[in-house]
Amino acid sequence: MSDRFWPQAFAIARRDLDRERRAGEVAWVTIPFGAIALLLVPLAVGINQDVLARIGTGMLFVVVMLFGVLTAVRRTSAETPEQRDAIALLGIDPAAEFVGRTMAGSLLLLVFQIVMAAVAVVLYGLDISGWAWMVVVMPLTALGLAELGTISSSIASSTNAGPALVPLLVTPLAIPLLLGATQTVEAIDRDGGNLAWPVLMTIVVLALAIVGVATARPLQETR
Amino acid sequence: MSESLIEFKGVAARIGVTTILRDIDMTVGPGESLGLFGANGAGKTTLLRVLATLLRPSAGSASVLGADLNEQERYDIRRRIGLIGHSPALYPELSLLGNLEFSARIAGAPLQAAVQALQDVGLGGAASRLAGESSHGMQRRAEFAREIMLAPDLLLLDEPHSALDPSAIELVEHIVAGVLERDGAVVLVSHDVDRVAPMVTRAAELTAGTVR
Repeated sequence: MSDRFWPQAFAIARRDLDRERRAGEVAWVTIPFGAIALLLVPLAVGINQDVLARIGTGMLFVVVMLFGVLTAVRRTSAETPEQRDAIALLGIDPAAEFVGRTMAGSLLLLVFQIVMAAVAVVLYGLDISGWAWMVVVMPLTALGLAELGTISSSIASSTNAGPALVPLLVTPLAIPLLLGATQTVEAIDRDGGNLAWPVLMTIVVLALAIVGVATARPLQETR
Repeated sequence: MSESLIEFKGVAARIGVTTILRDIDMTVGPGESLGLFGANGAGKTTLLRVLATLLRPSAGSASVLGADLNEQERYDIRRRIGLIGHSPALYPELSLLGNLEFSARIAGAPLQAAVQALQDVGLGGAASRLAGESSHGMQRRAEFAREIMLAPDLLLLDEPHSALDPSAIELVEHIVAGVLERDGAVVLVSHDVDRVAPMVTRAAELTAGTVR
């Protein structure tokens, strides 16, 4: 790791957050549509508080996953080939670019989850007494989805496949994260908690981090 | 510095399955400015992408700034190459200064150099303007400011006069002269021989993917 690694990673994260601040993709597109998706569920299954309380956590993470994929797709199409070339010629360490983009994506997805969780609690009357685990589950979900989004967008831009490839790559690989997140909360309700699911999520997040860092350079080289 | 900065022998390049460049032989030494002229579709932009290490040659031997493009990991030398292409590569959501500061952070240049470079290209008063709200000419100037700031050893210019007014053209000539004074090299591609000729020390024609 070069001494430029972390300054480059933070510069990438700062750029992505600055672009989001100006463009407002997450704030003005993803969050409102996510909230609408959560609002539509009671209309589809009926306004039965018991049913909503039972399926609410699952619906929350389904929405988080689907809109997490959407965020990844938007971020892929937001970068032009000229911008990718320009950043390559600045001498960026591809692994630092992966880390920086993942940091920014994680932060955005974490904010998105917190807002969606608040909406779900209000709409579905979820019992949050066991939600201390959310302090672990939400960052892991955000990190995992952001890693997946960054890897997928790098593959899409390297193969000229475009954004259409991103949901096909992200959705199946996000299933362990979705299962881990929902089952952690389910396990709290059932038997007071089970470490197995957060451990699974941690393993997935670490594995994706290794894959992301290890493939960053070959993916940039194949552009 | 006595070795060639660019040395191509029998270089070919493809995009997808289409061969765009074939059998390119060229050498550019320190302090040289090579002008490559050709019609649309001659392969000028593709050749610049190969020189910028952004497109790997499909045949032949190619060396840029001492690095073999077929063997070495190319990103090691990329920091020393500047490219200004057809379309601006700025982020429209960031200010002109924000774009340059981002480049400085990645490349390890001092942030103050970004302010100075914008002043050098006459954009000191527009530093806080969003790139997306700036004219094409202003964006081109900001890209030239980036190259002033980063001081590359090899500068690649694609149609350098595009969207520039007369004062900006003088600026381009000044930047090219600065690279050559540092014993760097410049490659310009254009279809406009008359406008680019004063900036080059040597010229060649690119026709159907081959330098003549």
